[in-house]
Amino acid sequence: MNAAYGLAGVMLVVVATVLIGVLGVRISRTTSDFYVASRTVTPLRNASAIGGEYLSAASFLGIAGLILAYGADMLWLPVGWTGGYLVLLVLVSAPLRRSGAYTLPDFAEARLESMAVRRVASVLVVLISWLYLLPQFQSAGLVLRTVTGTPVWAGGVLIAVVVAVNVLGGGMRSVTLVQAFQYWMKLTALAVPLVFLLLAWRGDGSPGLSSDAPPRFGDRTTVAVGVAVTVNVTAPVQVVVDGKVDGRHHRRAPLTLTPGPHRIDADTSVTFPAGADVPHVSGRPVTTDREWALPLDGREHSLYATYSLILATFLGTMGLPHVLVRFYTNPDGRAARRTTVMVLSLLGAFYLLPALYGVFGRLYTPELLMTGRADAVVLTLPGRLIGGLGGDLLGALVTGGAVAAFLSTSSGITVSVAGVLAQDILRGGVRSFRVGTLLALVVPLALAIAARSLAVADVVGLAFAVAASTFCPLLVLGVWWRRLTVPGALAGLVAGGVLAGTAVIVTIAAGPPSGFAGALLAQPAAWTVPIAFAVMIVVSLCTQRRVPKGVARMMVRLHTPESLNVDRGTWRPRRV
Amino acid sequence: MERSTGRPAERPRGVAAGRTLVTGPRTRTVRRPRYPVTREIDEQTGLGEAYMRSLLRTQLRLAARLCLVLAVVVLGLPLLFATVPEVREAEVFGLPLPWVLLGGLIYPWFVACGWWYVRQAERNEDDFADLVDRTEDRP
Repeated sequence: MNAAYGLAGVMLVVVATVLIGVLGVRISRTTSDFYVASRTVTPLRNASAIGGEYLSAASFLGIAGLILAYGADMLWLPVGWTGGYLVLLVLVSAPLRRSGAYTLPDFAEARLESMAVRRVASVLVVLISWLYLLPQFQSAGLVLRTVTGTPVWAGGVLIAVVVAVNVLGGGMRSVTLVQAFQYWMKLTALAVPLVFLLLAWRGDGSPGLSSDAPPRFGDRTTVAVGVAVTVNVTAPVQVVVDGKVDGRHHRRAPLTLTPGPHRIDADTSVTFPAGADVPHVSGRPVTTDREWALPLDGREHSLYATYSLILATFLGTMGLPHVLVRFYTNPDGRAARRTTVMVLSLLGAFYLLPALYGVFGRLYTPELLMTGRADAVVLTLPGRLIGGLGGDLLGALVTGGAVAAFLSTSSGITVSVAGVLAQDILRGGVRSFRVGTLLALVVPLALAIAARSLAVADVVGLAFAVAASTFCPLLVLGVWWRRLTVPGALAGLVAGGVLAGTAVIVTIAAGPPSGFAGALLAQPAAWTVPIAFAVMIVVSLCTQRRVPKGVARMMVRLHTPESLNVDRGTWRPRRV
Repeated sequence: MERSTGRPAERPRGVAAGRTLVTGPRTRTVRRPRYPVTREIDEQTGLGEAYMRSLLRTQLRLAARLCLVLAVVVLGLPLLFATVPEVREAEVFGLPLPWVLLGGLIYPWFVACGWWYVRQAERNEDDFADLVDRTEDRP
């Protein structure tokens, strides 16, 4: 990809984001403005903002990458990320808006009248958010590296700085406007290049993916390896190497790669002849195109993994901190429901696109399976298929979209973590909110630079699993079940948080072990969510004396339409 | 609501002259509760609680019904793919069926489910509001 065009795309989105953010500053002055944009945002703009905030790097880059690598099973990811909003709509949207809480800890406090539950919820919000921010910063680094060749940490730092400027400058109102803009930006950035890709593919004779062969290089292809990688070669192949392979230097020298693992060092290029099988990163299964296109043929234990993924995504959406804070910008419970349906439509429209990128990636950029950089498929395709100035411009467009994805999700999460940090850990007030913003960004940025490189959609999937194992039971039982008690809620939150958290730490720090235990750790939701629900229910039933006194009033507040003049209690969220 | 005053009604049209329309004393057609329902709810009396429980039960039943349908479809599909290879390998319009379902058709279905739910939930709330308001006394 042409570096100048890519960089122009990055800068354009950054400048536009800051500008729109600054425009909002003039109107946002009070604390309440900072948090919830004064509840004067129109439904379409609110829905766009929710969509813009929700579609992260995992959606924009990660889905296509995982589909390229693992095929049909990964279609469940976008399905779950959309379906999660349907579950949220049906189970909690209107009651949550009616609760009047700004954040998840607010809700916990209001419903259970307990500061202990509030504190546990705060800690969980911060942990989930950091887990969500980490892959955003990592993939920002990869994108900037792909485009301009900067070091991997630079992209993360750039995103963190822009988000900090934006959040500190304007708070939520400016963020709402920015987010709404970024949904449409991301949709355009995927849809427009896709039209050209489809035309190019038709011009190529519409090749399909039903052969019984593994992916092969169509033409003589030079693969530039940016980060050192170990690949598995399946059949002997004569290549030309410029750089270091298996510890030996070669200068544009021919070399025969024997079947088995080979280590290719950073900044090495390997030229494969036309028709050669694409070697895969070690540990990634080689599948034929036919197997790839069928569900349940990709990873090991795929049926378990599919069910666990479905559970995590469908139930985890409601527990994401940055998703809930958006619902308070609706004027009432009904508006919250209608906005959610609009969000469903916007997400559905967007998620039609990444799968096609995955398919085209399998056809035209199979070398990404070898470099292990499948996440770059969306960025690589326009230049590969279209070429020339058009390819460069479209490449700049998708790069801009990717930057929009990092910025919007990171801003949203940062606002919600900063709010929680300011309210529950610092002293409160606008100054604490600012300190909280910096804390919210610096910790995951440091983690992103320190941790090994991870597939963005996998880590985001883990954040969903933790949210599904903790906040989903709290919200669903809190909204619908009068007999929930303080000890029950605490036990459930801790059980779900510790189990899912341990699985996450093992998966990220060490990589999951092989076999079924590995599948259980890499996709924990299928066992942690039922355990969390069970613990919360059983402990509540054992401690029925600790049912909060105001539960009846709270049920009135959560479920009666606003048109009725009834006593909804006096609880108000603490103003920071 | 029609107010009954107890005065003899003026002769309605269609009643012949010389005849008088005789009606019973319609004082209270609807037995008014002691308190307006909103007050029953506010004071958490047994009646108020009963109203609230009925609202919650209706809404929960609606939510549960939709979640059940969602679960059957979403959890059923992987099982179907796993147990019936013909479904997994079937093609529509030259595209593999799983891709058509998961990559396309499921999204409009989600939106349709969402709209249906919103309409039903709002209807339940309106019914509840009518129930509470109708029996509410006007001062």
